[in-house]
Amino acid sequence: MTEMTKIVAKAPSGKQAPLGPAVGGAFPGIRALPGAGRIGDRVFRTLTAGSGALVLVTMVAIGSYLVVAAWPALHANSGNLFTTQVWRPQADPPVFGIAAIAFGTVVSSLIAVVIGVPVAVGVALGVSQYLPRRWASVLGGLIDLLAAVPSLVFGMWGLYYLIPHTRGFQQWLSTYLGWIPIFRNRTATLTGQYGQSLLMAGIVLAIMIIPIVASICREVFARTPGPTIDAALALGATRWEVIRSAVLPFGRSGIASAAMLGLGRALGETIAVALVLSSGFTINWHLTELGGDTVASTIVLKFGEAGSSPVAIAALMLAGLCLFAVTLVVNATARLIVARKVATP
Amino acid sequence: MPPRIDVHNLDAYYGDFRAVEGVTISVEPGEVTALIGPSGCGKSTFLRTINRMHEVTPGGRVQGSVRLDGQDLYGRDIDPTAVRRTVGMVFQRPNPFPTMSIYDNVIAGDKIAGIKRRKAVFDDIVESSLRAANLWQEVAHRLHKTGASLSGGQQQRLCIARAIAVQPAVLLMDEPCSALDPISTLAVESLITQLKSDYTIVIVTHNMQQAARVSDRTAFFTVADQGMPGRLVEYGPTAEIFTAATHQATRDYVGGRFG
Repeated sequence: MTEMTKIVAKAPSGKQAPLGPAVGGAFPGIRALPGAGRIGDRVFRTLTAGSGALVLVTMVAIGSYLVVAAWPALHANSGNLFTTQVWRPQADPPVFGIAAIAFGTVVSSLIAVVIGVPVAVGVALGVSQYLPRRWASVLGGLIDLLAAVPSLVFGMWGLYYLIPHTRGFQQWLSTYLGWIPIFRNRTATLTGQYGQSLLMAGIVLAIMIIPIVASICREVFARTPGPTIDAALALGATRWEVIRSAVLPFGRSGIASAAMLGLGRALGETIAVALVLSSGFTINWHLTELGGDTVASTIVLKFGEAGSSPVAIAALMLAGLCLFAVTLVVNATARLIVARKVATP
Repeated sequence: MPPRIDVHNLDAYYGDFRAVEGVTISVEPGEVTALIGPSGCGKSTFLRTINRMHEVTPGGRVQGSVRLDGQDLYGRDIDPTAVRRTVGMVFQRPNPFPTMSIYDNVIAGDKIAGIKRRKAVFDDIVESSLRAANLWQEVAHRLHKTGASLSGGQQQRLCIARAIAVQPAVLLMDEPCSALDPISTLAVESLITQLKSDYTIVIVTHNMQQAARVSDRTAFFTVADQGMPGRLVEYGPTAEIFTAATHQATRDYVGGRFG
């Protein structure tokens, strides 16, 4: 008994979980493991496991709620969910499909990635490899700050500033690159008739994803192993050659996952796109023409008119479910790439 | 004939801090010169001034001159990347490019510089460099595996092969064996002895037995106190430095009394 009191007195914290049974060796202080460890350990484990479980439960709850809520729409629909290009859930019989809005979502997000990722990689390289340290940290902070700007602000800026000031650019694209169908506007003749196109939605989205993508890329590039950079320098590499031979190969999967996360953000973006786009419910490859819609913008715009029609609401739930599934897959893929990167140093 | 290196009154700085002061030394061609001394004595910093790697550290700058067969490496019109192609370097930790194959690692110098050669020529460079680095036998059958699949000692010899593949005149080695086991160390040391007829070699080492084994001449650096610059104390034939040094500090260090 005296041995035990000694041990307890030596321990740093006042409270003690009950010690395990004495095993009766030469050193009575060495005891069997108490079942669940000390109190602190137990509390911490419960807390972390609980938080983890909560996240999972939330995900499953959202997913299953969407499935249940969307179910009536699936039955009532007289069109094909994946090929129909109209959205009339309140018609009799209801007819709607996500073909056009899925097209709008995918195309505007792809434009965002195609434009945004190279710019973001360039920014990240500049910040992590070229700028002197002081300027790099200032600019790095600004980028992170930009990521915190609400998307509504981007949408308003896009609608009231960017679009009016880039009509000429869209007209130029249509006039001189119009032989490529995606740039051709078949209806507009005056500069003022260009504007709220899928292309512009993609550009606004590109600006929105640049901060997050640049921020991740900057982190990845900054972790290029010093010895690898030294190796390139010692072989006579210039700064650009160091980037090409050491920084970019090392960061390749990081760039890929950053792009995927950017894509995920672009796919799910709602309010900015809803503001920038003027509604149009057809698949239209002419990206400078007005109109277009995305899944997310449709949901936010149609909720008002859905009113109390159960089928209309269920139809929007169905659209939400599709978006949920797609972004889940995109993000999970991005995470998988990151995880694989971590596993193989 | 490999070149001689004449260093005159060289100071090396990190920002305002002078890490190395007043080094004047003549490194003889075709010999192995060892730089020894306690930690923080500036021997690695000094080594990195010889291929202008010191200045890539933020705040790193140099005063004084380093001449390679009379040509000032710090001259006004000198391109530091050209200096680094002439004065190759091997580092403390083996650092093959992790994303490249063994083959690509050897020709990395040319690949990085965008130099295009026919495949047969590259094949020759790879084989001769790996043979010169005593690594050919061990890797010939797996040239297209990643360099990271090799053991530490093999990786270090791969780095030596990569350094000599661009045909430098000088090889700098910054504690090349400190991360290796004794067997690999032996392999690298015997390689150094073989290479010295073709390259002027300067090696920094913490291991005095190694300096005694591989070098023809030894330079002893020391530092008076923290925050003080490192200085070259004594330089001479290795046997002399280890048995009949002029300075007490050198005798104490090689005798194991400090450092």
